[in-house]
Amino acid sequence: MSSTTNSPTHHTSTIGAIGAPSRRNTELALLLFAVVIPVFAYANVGLAINDQVPAGLLGYGIGLGLLAGIGHLAVRKFAPYADPLMLPLATLLNGLGLVVIWRLDQSEKLQASKTFVEAAPRQLLYSAMGVALLVAVLIFLKDHRVLQRYTYISMAAALFLLVMPLIPGLSAPTYGAKIWIKIPGLGTLQPGEFAKIALAVFFAGYLMVKRDALALASRRFMGLYLPRGRDLGPILVVWVMSILILVFETDLGTSLLFFGMFVIMLYVATERTSWIVFGLLMSAVGAVGVASFESHIQTRVSAWLDPMREYTLSRTPNGDGLVHSEQAMQALWAFGSGGTLGTGLGQGNSDLIGFAANSDFILATFGEELGLAGVMAILLLYGLIVERGVRTALAARDPFGKLLAVGLSGAFALQVFVVAGGVMGLIPLTGMTLPFVAYGGSSVIANWALIGILLRISDTARRPAPAPAPNPDAEMTQVVRP
Amino acid sequence: MNKPLRRIAIFCGLLVLALLVRDNWIQYVQADELRSDKNNRRVTIERYGTPRGNIIVDGKAITGSKETSGTDFKFKRTYTNGPMWAPVTGYASQAFGANQLESIEDGILTGNDDRLFFRNTLDMLTGKEKEGGNVVTTLNAAAQKAAFEGLKAQGGKGAVAAIEPSTGKILALASYPSYDPSSFAGNSTTTDTDAWQKLQKKVNPDDPMLNRALREVYPPGSTFKVVTAAAALENGLYTDADGKTKTPLPWTMPGTTTVLKNEGNIPCKNATLRVALQYSCNTVFGKIGSDLGNDKMLEEAKKFGFTEELYTPTRTSASVFSDDMNPSETALSSIGQFNTAATPLQMAMVASAVANNGTLMKPYMVDELQTNNLDALERTTPEEMSKPLSAENAQILQSMMETVVGDGTGKNAQIDGVKVGGKTGTAQHGVDNSENPYAWFISYAKTDNGSPVAVAVVIEDDNAVRDDISGGGLAAPIAKSVMEAVINSKK
Repeated sequence: MSSTTNSPTHHTSTIGAIGAPSRRNTELALLLFAVVIPVFAYANVGLAINDQVPAGLLGYGIGLGLLAGIGHLAVRKFAPYADPLMLPLATLLNGLGLVVIWRLDQSEKLQASKTFVEAAPRQLLYSAMGVALLVAVLIFLKDHRVLQRYTYISMAAALFLLVMPLIPGLSAPTYGAKIWIKIPGLGTLQPGEFAKIALAVFFAGYLMVKRDALALASRRFMGLYLPRGRDLGPILVVWVMSILILVFETDLGTSLLFFGMFVIMLYVATERTSWIVFGLLMSAVGAVGVASFESHIQTRVSAWLDPMREYTLSRTPNGDGLVHSEQAMQALWAFGSGGTLGTGLGQGNSDLIGFAANSDFILATFGEELGLAGVMAILLLYGLIVERGVRTALAARDPFGKLLAVGLSGAFALQVFVVAGGVMGLIPLTGMTLPFVAYGGSSVIANWALIGILLRISDTARRPAPAPAPNPDAEMTQVVRP
Repeated sequence: MNKPLRRIAIFCGLLVLALLVRDNWIQYVQADELRSDKNNRRVTIERYGTPRGNIIVDGKAITGSKETSGTDFKFKRTYTNGPMWAPVTGYASQAFGANQLESIEDGILTGNDDRLFFRNTLDMLTGKEKEGGNVVTTLNAAAQKAAFEGLKAQGGKGAVAAIEPSTGKILALASYPSYDPSSFAGNSTTTDTDAWQKLQKKVNPDDPMLNRALREVYPPGSTFKVVTAAAALENGLYTDADGKTKTPLPWTMPGTTTVLKNEGNIPCKNATLRVALQYSCNTVFGKIGSDLGNDKMLEEAKKFGFTEELYTPTRTSASVFSDDMNPSETALSSIGQFNTAATPLQMAMVASAVANNGTLMKPYMVDELQTNNLDALERTTPEEMSKPLSAENAQILQSMMETVVGDGTGKNAQIDGVKVGGKTGTAQHGVDNSENPYAWFISYAKTDNGSPVAVAVVIEDDNAVRDDISGGGLAAPIAKSVMEAVINSKK
């Protein structure tokens, strides 16, 4: 990879390569907070609901501490120069998510539901599996560039994962969207969460090879570089795929996420703004086109425009054949009732949201019980993870690593935006989970893996480069970029 | 590749910023609106999260709160003798909201009123659970019981309103048929919803949830002649009870060829006001109305409280006396027919103003608002509403009304050792008077210490024949027992 050897000297504004401190002790100190804060929150919930420190406090504290500790040791051993913020941020979000899931487990109203299961113990198990996967990534993925070899295998895997929910027998449609599959005896799985990573790997590998063609072979027209017709192929394929997801799985969120991720990576790879313009146009055309005949999406849009009307419709049978949900309005009420400082953990009524209160709508519970202050803090935590991810991309020395890091961070940012924006009524609601916080095994495990890959890239990026061997032919072998 | 990367970083920052702005919008700017939205169940959850304060009559609570096993609501409203008190309390239901006093004084009853803020803060500091305050009413339990039992025994639809003339305190407020607000106080989708639906007007033609004492207007019939007599005296048309009026018999209404009829063969030709009221002469009072004209009649009716809604604090319907009538229509209106219509409370106010020597006190039913440990937060002071007639004219009218009870159509309301003045009435209604007539009786009692009670009773009954005896026969006994109950409770 010729271009990688000379790139550090160009990136003077990013992290200096020589003598960078490993920052592992910073990470350890931050992790301490990331464990202690949720433990206090857990005690807080118990005191508010049952007037006593919950019996499971010690176990919970030790469990979360162990997860954080194992993660930290693995990073210290296998990725010593990795970004010091990501692990503590993810641990804190995961810990707070566990607390709120446990808090919702205590709700009598949700317990009365037929489908109620205690979610917190399962989520703790999923978190452990997630951290295990993170450790596995760190151990077995010595260099992220290895992933480049699996570009097309990743594509096949991603397509398979995306198609899985449509396979009869595996499919488990829930409330309109078909993004779950059933694994007999194990529960349900959202393959889309894993497809996100596989697709990022594929796009990074593909674009790294094709980016020059995509960037340079174009005509200028009205200030925009118009790509050649045959170069439009890949974006068209991804676009069609997104549309198919939208049509067959009726899931706006996943569709938007994948297409958005591709456009971001394409833009970074080619440095051509025209791709953004094309991407926006195509997603607008796709979304509007599909929404014109898909009633599930129309309902979501009308619920977004007038949640109160949707609430009334859900309360009065009107026989229009559509499924109306009061959840959008219930979520808004939860946020509004929380106000600036919230009711305090365990003292709100966000269980009124009912179904999916601890998954898709979990942010509403944060909103009601921790208030504006709490939600802003959570959003900033997400913002920090994303920005550390983009910073990793900046620091990375190889284009594949850059593309992969920005793809994963961008997808993460889009996912947070789509979920949080949906729950808060900023955009139409789509069924997706808030990374690390929401209840759901696929989401937690996949996002821990995502953090693992970002840690690996950042480790490679920040690792002091071996002193370059004196090269007698330096003058003659300057690389000329094509 | 770093330039687009930096732009992507900014883009991601903007996404987070958009979320932050939106969060501020819903959790700060719109927070109050969302929090207090009537469909937001948290409002009800809070209302029933603490024991609700009580509505109190004669020192005893007529409401209660009991702990429930529901997942949302910790407490549920209970009512003692619910059907009897329903026109006073209204209802407070977890599923169906609240009305009347339960709704108007909700802030005090739940303890959320700003005036309870200091108390709540103290309670919070001392670790006491928040509790609602109490609403002390002016009602008289014995009078209310007499009114409700009387209506119940009678069996037809009807209402009773009783006032203390010197203050305007409402002493009794009964409506029949009634409903038990306990029956739908909870939020069970089976029992409570069922009970609620059975009470709705479209299912139940008796409309038991209608507060007839305050919210239904009935043609007052001959009881309105008291107002007409007051107008005659106040406008100087006639100056005493025993001078002859200029009333031919038969009397043809001006501008028409219709003869206004009296009920039966009664001595109405040029009858004195006293005799005319005693026998309930339509001709005499019809002619007074037409002689005075629409404006003067309306003015007097307004002084008694007609045409205005009243807040006791429960809202009453406005009683009706039209302002665009020709002399013959005014004549009919002046005997309580045509468009004239009044709530039972309105007619009790008429009797009350006469009994209180011409001064009408504003009727009210909340005496005091209290904190949960019985400290007064607010007391209602009696307030003069208007002066429909002078003291002299009021006394003339009193002597006339006392003749009605002593020697006329209202004999059934006589009470030993107490001066009682009253007026009967029977009003026709419906197209061609096809529906059941209303039997009316309004009266007041007078002891050495002034008048303790004025009362109005109305009963819708198919047995009420078209003569005035009906008011005396059906309604007067109930008025009598209500007055007796008040007088006895003062002893």
